Amino acid sequence: MIQILFFFFAALAVGAAINVLAQKHVLYSSLSLIVMLTAVSALFVLLQAEFLAVINVIVYAGAIMVLFVFVIMLLNLPVDEDGADRLRWLKFIGIPLGIFLLFMVGSTVWNLGVAPVASQMNGTPEAIGRSLFTDYLLPFELTSLLILIALMGAVVFAKKEL
Amino acid sequence: MIPLNWYLILAAALFLIGVLGFFVKRNIITLLLSVEIMLNAVNLTFVAFSSQHGIISGQIFVFFVLVVAAAEAAVGLALVIAMFRNRETLNVDRSNLLKW
Repeated sequence: MIQILFFFFAALAVGAAINVLAQKHVLYSSLSLIVMLTAVSALFVLLQAEFLAVINVIVYAGAIMVLFVFVIMLLNLPVDEDGADRLRWLKFIGIPLGIFLLFMVGSTVWNLGVAPVASQMNGTPEAIGRSLFTDYLLPFELTSLLILIALMGAVVFAKKEL
Repeated sequence: MIPLNWYLILAAALFLIGVLGFFVKRNIITLLLSVEIMLNAVNLTFVAFSSQHGIISGQIFVFFVLVVAAAEAAVGLALVIAMFRNRETLNVDRSNLLKW
C-alpha cells in the first residue's frame, strides 16, 4: 500500500516538474510547481516528517509561490520568445546528456546497499522545536537576521527611486 | 517500508530536471522556478536520510533551506522587477551589457 502511494506521488512530482519546463507561459509553470511541491510534501509524510510537510505547503505553496504569481501578474508579461537565439540546439544535447547522468547516478545509488533501519523517530513539532531551540539556537537566530536583510534588499531593488 | 535508494533516485531525477531547466530555459522567472525544484530535491534527500538514520538534524536543515529559499525568492523577484523595468524583457540573453 505504501509503495503504491510512493509511486503515485513520485510520478506526480516528476511529471509536474517536467511540466514546469514544458509550459510556454510562466504562470502555468508556477502553478505546476505548486503541484510538485504538494507531491513532495506527501512524500515527507511518508517519511514521517509531518511538521515539515505542513511547513512545506504553507511556506512554499502558500508564501513563495504566491510571491511568484504576484510578480508575474504585476509585470503583465508578453508570451516570451524563449530560446529564440543561439541556444535552440542546446536542448537536443542537454536532454540526452542529462538522462545519461541520471542513469549513472541511479545505477550507483541503486547498488549502494543501505541497510534499512526501522526508525522510531517522528518529525513532530515537539521534536523539531526541542532541537531547534537547544542545539541550533544560534543558526535559528541568525536566520531572522537573514530574513531582515532579504526584506530590506527586496525593497531597495524593487523600489523605483529611493 | 520503502528503501532509501528509491528516494535518492527520485531526488536525483528532480534535481536533474531542475538543472536542465536552468541551463535550457532563458526566461529568468523559469530559472528561479528551476532553482526551487532543485532545492526541493535536496530537501527530499535530507528528509530521507534523516528518516533512515533516525536523526532529527536532517529535518532542521530542511527548515533552514526553506528560509534561505524564501529569502532568495524575495530578492530574486525584486531583481526581476528591476530588470523588467529597465530592459523590458525577461530573457537573460538580452541582459548582456557587461559582455564584450
